[in-house]
Amino acid sequence: MTDWLTELRWSPYVVGAGIGILSWFTWLISGKPIGCSTTFSRAAGAIERLVRGERVLNRPYYREVAPAVDWQAMLVVGIVIGAAASALLSGDLVARWIPHQWEGAFGSGIGLRAFVALLGGILLGFGARWADGCTSGHGISGTMQLSVASWVSAIGFFAGGIGVAQLLFRVLA
Amino acid sequence: MKSKRADLAWGLLFGVVFGFLLHKGGATSYDVILGQLLLTDFTVLKIMLSAVVVGAVGIHLLQRAGRVRLSPKGGSWGKNAVGGLIFGVGFAVLGYCPGTIAGAIGNGRLDALVGGLPGILLGSWLFAVVYPRVRNGLLRKGAFPKGTLPELLRLPRWATIGLLTVLLAGLLYLVERAEL
Repeated sequence: MTDWLTELRWSPYVVGAGIGILSWFTWLISGKPIGCSTTFSRAAGAIERLVRGERVLNRPYYREVAPAVDWQAMLVVGIVIGAAASALLSGDLVARWIPHQWEGAFGSGIGLRAFVALLGGILLGFGARWADGCTSGHGISGTMQLSVASWVSAIGFFAGGIGVAQLLFRVLA
Repeated sequence: MKSKRADLAWGLLFGVVFGFLLHKGGATSYDVILGQLLLTDFTVLKIMLSAVVVGAVGIHLLQRAGRVRLSPKGGSWGKNAVGGLIFGVGFAVLGYCPGTIAGAIGNGRLDALVGGLPGILLGSWLFAVVYPRVRNGLLRKGAFPKGTLPELLRLPRWATIGLLTVLLAGLLYLVERAEL
């Protein structure tokens, strides 16, 4: 009866509808859209504050986006827990360095994968702040609010992503 | 007003459900995300577009009933097209996005935890450093005169949602027919 909880994959349409319904409740109960990337700015500010002290709060960006724990930060922590729970139930909670597709193209070296992931992360974090949102904040929550800025951002995410993925795997690899 | 603590607890609970769904959908996997960007596996698009359609109907009904006040973000070409493309490059190089990387970490993916996470923090910090230099210039270049699709298309809100639903469903139908 609870087999569906231990299944590794659900239909993407069921998952998508579930996320859509979840967004009704985040609006209704918390008055907020699902989003993730602002949390990484707040966390970066909190880390810089630990290192450099209170003067960090003078940065114009941190005056607008305070380095503090908020609703969205808890949402991001929840994602870690929820994904771990689902992975545990379906026997997919496995520590792994190298994704299959990466290994097929670039080999199993941990150093190379970690370095490229770091580089990708820097661009991703920088771009998310530049665009003021990510795949969830713009890509799901903003597009469903019919925001022009969010549709332009989401198309940009995939245009840039598809172009560079082709370059990496069909030209470089 | 609800208490701050209750607000945070709801955030955590919503996150747990979101993370659970992301993993069940395969979106916490590098291979699934790269499959989408290489156009060999359309799982990510199927998840996102069905979330957008189902979500849109519900939140706009809630808004009509006066239960929520939506806050669609404004923007500009300089902010959203440029930022979106930079994000896209990072998306392909890293193979996760800010939400799915949290899920990938919960999933045990060490490239996400040791490489991607410090990278995103560093990139977000770098933006905070350059922000004073771009906030009144590049970020405002080519501001969108209309904030929402109904305004842009001069269509009633529900006609826009109907049109969007038909277009997105049509796109997914083509994807299914091509067995992607």
